[in-house]
Order: sequence, then structure tokens, then C-alpha cells
Amino acid sequence: MKKSAFFGTIAAATFAAGFAAAGTLEDVQAAGELKCGVTTGLAGFALADANGVWDGFDVAVCRAVAAAVLGDGNAVKFVPTTGKTRFTALASGEIDLLARNTTWTFSRDVDLKFEFVGVNYYDGQGFMAPKALGVSSAKDLDGATVCIQTGTTTELNLADFFRSNNISYEPVPIETNAEAQAQYLAGACDVFTTDASGLASTRATFENPDDHIVLPEIVSKEPLGPLVRHGDNNWGDIARWTLNALITAEELGVTSANVAEHTANAGNNPEVNRLLGTEGDLGGMLGLDKQWASRAIAVNGNYGEIFEKNIGVNTPIGIARGLNASWTNGGLIYSAPFR
Amino acid sequence: MADLSFVRKEIIPQRAAPLSQTGIIGWFRKNMFSDIPNTILTIIVGYFIISILGNILPWVFSPTWNSVSLTECRGILAELGRSGHGGGGACWGVIRERWLQLLFGFYPSELYWRPILAFVLLGLALAPVLFDKASRKLIYLTAIYPFLCFWLIWGGSIWFPVTVFSGFIVAYLGYVYVNKAFGSLAGVIASIALPVLWWLFITSPLSISLHSIMPIGSEAIESDRLGGFMLAVLIGVTGIALSLPIGILLALGRQSNLPILKAVCVCFIEFIRGVPLITLLFVASTLLNIFLPPGSNFDLILRVMIMVTLFASAYMAEVVRGGLAALPKGQYEAADSLGLDYWKAQRLIIMPQALKISIPGIVSTFIGLFKDTTLVSIIGLLDPLGLSTNIRADMAWNGILWELYGFVGLIFFIFCFSMSRYSMYLERKLATGH
Repeated sequence: MKKSAFFGTIAAATFAAGFAAAGTLEDVQAAGELKCGVTTGLAGFALADANGVWDGFDVAVCRAVAAAVLGDGNAVKFVPTTGKTRFTALASGEIDLLARNTTWTFSRDVDLKFEFVGVNYYDGQGFMAPKALGVSSAKDLDGATVCIQTGTTTELNLADFFRSNNISYEPVPIETNAEAQAQYLAGACDVFTTDASGLASTRATFENPDDHIVLPEIVSKEPLGPLVRHGDNNWGDIARWTLNALITAEELGVTSANVAEHTANAGNNPEVNRLLGTEGDLGGMLGLDKQWASRAIAVNGNYGEIFEKNIGVNTPIGIARGLNASWTNGGLIYSAPFR
Repeated sequence: MADLSFVRKEIIPQRAAPLSQTGIIGWFRKNMFSDIPNTILTIIVGYFIISILGNILPWVFSPTWNSVSLTECRGILAELGRSGHGGGGACWGVIRERWLQLLFGFYPSELYWRPILAFVLLGLALAPVLFDKASRKLIYLTAIYPFLCFWLIWGGSIWFPVTVFSGFIVAYLGYVYVNKAFGSLAGVIASIALPVLWWLFITSPLSISLHSIMPIGSEAIESDRLGGFMLAVLIGVTGIALSLPIGILLALGRQSNLPILKAVCVCFIEFIRGVPLITLLFVASTLLNIFLPPGSNFDLILRVMIMVTLFASAYMAEVVRGGLAALPKGQYEAADSLGLDYWKAQRLIIMPQALKISIPGIVSTFIGLFKDTTLVSIIGLLDPLGLSTNIRADMAWNGILWELYGFVGLIFFIFCFSMSRYSMYLERKLATGH
């Protein structure tokens, strides 16, 4: 009797496991909240304020997906992950979506069995040096000491760059970004290298930002994007097209201010109508309702608004759109059409 | 030849010792400037202390308590003509704005009274264990405290901790009745098997149905809202409270004559001691997830608590074994010759002496364990150090390093220093080698 109860429990657990693997969407809807992996804290991308409310560029993606799926941008459980725990957390199902400025690489996509749903920020590794050093290009850095975080792709990119340019450098290994800032300011190294977005936010915190320049060379490609597990294509589609909806909204001029009006009254632009569900039923194809994209846009606005609010030129971080401008403005941010 | 003889008629009244021998001056002369090498050393050390304090104190006493961002701090310091944030002065505004967050994590602020009450009750629950002057009746509070603390911090239905607690009552009743009916071995087996069955199969349906009949409870708080020092204290206290009894059992098991029991204990201790804590934390945060069926909600903080407890128990076992080894063999023989059985001998003769010998080692392990709780920031839990990263991600405070670390360090120091002082008090109280 006890034995059969025990095996029954195991069978039920296995069945639940098989069922859980079948549909992340159903799981999320049943739980009533989206479990979203973010960083433990990175300026502009993900941070919790004094009241514990998460905000940032990556956080906005989580909130948009939650709004599309659950109808509430606050129905998100943010799971802080570190560079070491993020992939297992996603693979094991502890989180449903990872939006943690993660670089899209071949091995992560193919070997680790994840699905990158798009790129929400095109980053690249850059260098920062004091103006007093008198360099204007990274190629002038022969013999420089470089502060570098160990165990990251930046370390490998740095070695590649200096080798291919036949110049030498001396690495100063650093564990965290905060430590790197302190070491760089204390003069322990001539140059500080990390992703360009990180350089911009670091420089913005300096007492005299104008004493330091970010060198023009970008030595690597770091397309950062949200990702989901392999194997649940429907869930991947939802995440992908939520991101695309934010991008398309910017292109079509749909903002947080006018999205409600456009959703209530169908306009003349058929793509806006399809996006916001006043025409056709794109949401139904995803297993969602018609207004899914409208809700996703309403939470934090379109891609451009999210960018400007969190990391744009008017924030202390002050990153120009550059590569991250919409393709209509000469950038790389481009969405497949809603049709 | 003059007559130099002199006979004193009265006793000279006692005079106070000369100023150069008493008070501060005397102390300095005796301890600081007694001879030339000491004087030179005193001057050198004094110079270092004064120059270090001269650098640190102006930094600490910086009128930036009310600032709302690093930029404002810099403005205040520049107005005072100081040399900026790095060396000129600290920016304490970050502590004013975030100290509650550093203490409680993301716990809802209107419910702060719950962890505070839990902390105060912790003091009361520990009192009968720590001090012999405390009222013995408090021991009942100690017994139910773990369940009360769980309910205060996590909230939810009160019936869950109540039904879990009644597992122990089941164990007791099982032992008493089975012992009477079938003998002591069966009693021991029943006292272990019955509560396990109770917890596995009865606890959760019973608590759910009781809750549906009588819904008593408080607002449930999810684990991801716990953080800061509350998290460090929770993990630390759990580890400390559970590792001592488990460690004692492991130490006894290691010295036991039963070969399988001994082998199990030795393997456990050596395995855990051979693996770094951070590895165990990674097992807790990542590996367990993969082994458990997806969707099973096994709380990360609970997993970490279990791993930390196992880790501390293995170290504790070796510390206690050190105490056992230091006891002369005569004590064991004396216990035997009095006709005491194994558990009585341990309880009355061996353990009181062995534990007294091990106090410094035990407390060192406790302090180490409490400080090791900061390692959980590596697996993404927002303990004080994890939170400081998060606070720096706020552009208003990005670039602040020492203020946050200083605050965290100060609070850790208060906890660890009081533990260390308590252990010295205990050693003095238990000292018998007059």
C-alpha cells in the first residue's frame, strides 16, 4: 500500500515533469507570474531601487513579456543570477526567460541548447584611458597595463586584438567591475577595457569624466539579447515577437502615450492595426489574445522609449543610439514584419 | 665629630605615590617608555597610528548624511574645499537611503516588525541556552522557536508549521507506546520512522485541510524578498543551531565501535571537509535543480541552508572529536565503572568536559560560518555584499565602494565580536582548573 503510494508519487512527479516541459506558456499562466533571470545589478540594465522595485533596460523586456502573456507588467518574479549561475538556472527551469545582457554566441546557442530570441543591444568591447596618457587610438597602447575582468570573453578578445596588431600589453586581473573602477582610478593600470556600455556608465560615475576618453576602437561583437530554452518553440516565439513588437512599435511611431488610442480605434496603417490587434488575429497564432502586443508596448513604451529612459543620452549613463538605432535611422535594430 | 645620630619619634604619614608612578603618566612610563628601544618603538607605532587616523577620521566625519547622490556628495565636499569623494570624505547618503535594505533586503517595509520580532524572540529563545541565570521556563519558547521564526518570516498559514511541529509529538508518542509494547529497539525505530511518514504523507494535506476549516495565517512572503543581513542571520543561525547537535552525533559516530556507522560518519566528514563551501553552494543552486523534476518548488534559500548546515556539521564534528580525544581515558573508565550506559555516560561525564575543552574551536567555527554566509552572493542571493553590487547599479550611487563595505563590515564585526566575547565569558564560567 505504502509502496504503491510511493511509486504513485514518483509517477505523478514524472508526469508533471513531462507536462511542465510541454508548455512554458501554460506553466507561466498557471503560476500567474513570469520568472525572469536578470543580473544582480548592472547600471542601466537591471537594478532594484530602495523599495526593491526592479528597473532597467533588460528588466523592461521581462515586463513586456509578462504584460503580453499575463496582462500585467508587474507579474514578474525577478531572479538575480550571476555569470556563473545564469545558464543552469534557465536550463533547469528555475527561470522562464533570461534577460541578462548575455552575448549571443555560437556555442551558447548550439552547444548549451538555448534559443536567443533576438538582440536588444549591440555592444562591443572598448577601451578607456586617461586623457593625460595622450593616446587617441587603441593601437597606440603598446606596453600598456590593462585592467581586465578575468574569465570573461573580454579577456580573450583583448589578447586577440593585441596579438593581431603586434603590440604588447600587461594584464592586471580584476574580479569585479567595481574593483576595476577603483583600480583604474587609483592608477593601477593605464587602460580599462570592458563592454562599451559598461565603459560609458563607469566613466559617468567619475569625479571628472572629462579627464578620461573612450577610445574609438571596438574590438569585438557583443550582441546582447534575451534567451529561452531549446525545445519550446511556442514560448520562444512569444519572447521573440514581444521583442519585435517593441522594435516595430518604434519604427511605426507607436509609443506608450498613443498606444491606448491606437488600440481603441483602428487607424489607416494596416501594420499598426495588425500589431495592436485591431485587424487580423496575430495574437491567436501565438496562443495569446489580440491585444498582447498593445499591452507589451504600454508597460514601458517602445524600444526607443525604453532605451532613452534607461541608458539614453539624457540619463547619467548617456549612451548614444549608434548601432542600436532603428534601421530607418542607420542602425541595426530591425524587426521582421508583422504580417 | 658631629653627632649625626637621629631617632625618629613618629611615623611619617603615608604619601601618595609620586605622580610619575601613578595614573596615566605612570602607566605610560611603565609600559611605553620604560627603556630606549621601547621608547623608539612607541614613537614609531604612535606615528603610524596617528597618521592612519589622520587620514581615516576626516574621511569618516563627512557631512554628507543627507545627500541623495554621489554627485551631491561631491558638491558638498567641494564646497568645504575638500579633495573630492575619494580621499576628501565619505558619502554617507547611500547608507541613510539604503540601510534598511541592507538589513532586510526587499522585505515589505510595513511588515518589518515580523523579522524584528523574530530577532527579539531569538534573543529570548537563546537565553536559557546561553545563560544559566535565565528563567528555565523560556526553554519551551526555545523548543517552538524554529517554527515560530519560520512562520514570522515567511508567513502563510499557521497550520503548516503547527503540523510539522506535531511530527515531533508523533515521534514522542510513538516512542512511548511502541517502547512499552515491543521493547526499546522498536521504540527507537518507531520514533524515527513515524515522524518521517508523518512529514512525507500527512503534513501537507492535513495543514491544507485545517487551513480550509480555520484559515489563520499572515501574509505570505516569498523567499526572493529576503535579503541583506536578515538572510545572513537566518542562514547563520540555522547553520549554527543545527550544526552543533549534528556535529556531536557525527563525532560520536566516528568514535563508535559499530563499523558501518563509523564508516558512514568518516566518509561524510571527510567528503564535506574535502570540498570547498562554494562548491556545495553551486550544487545547491544549480545541480539540485537539474536532478529535481521541473516545476518542483524547492526553495533556493532552504537548499543553501541545508548545504551550509552540512558543511558546518562536518567541521563541528572534528572540533568536538578534538575535545573527546583530549579527555583522559580514565574519565571513560570512571563512567563505565559507575555502571552508566552509553548515553548517560556521554551526557553526564564525557560531553560536559569535551565540549568545555572545545569551546574556542566551536565558537571559531560559528564565527567562520557566519562570515561564510557572504559567499551566497556568488550564486545570486542578495546578501549584504550582493546588495551592495545592486546598490552600485543605481547611477546615483555608482562609484561608491568603501562606505558600503565599511557598513557591512561594521555589522559583521558587531555580531562576530559578541560571539567571541560570549565564548570567553563561558570559558571563565566553566573554568574548573583552579
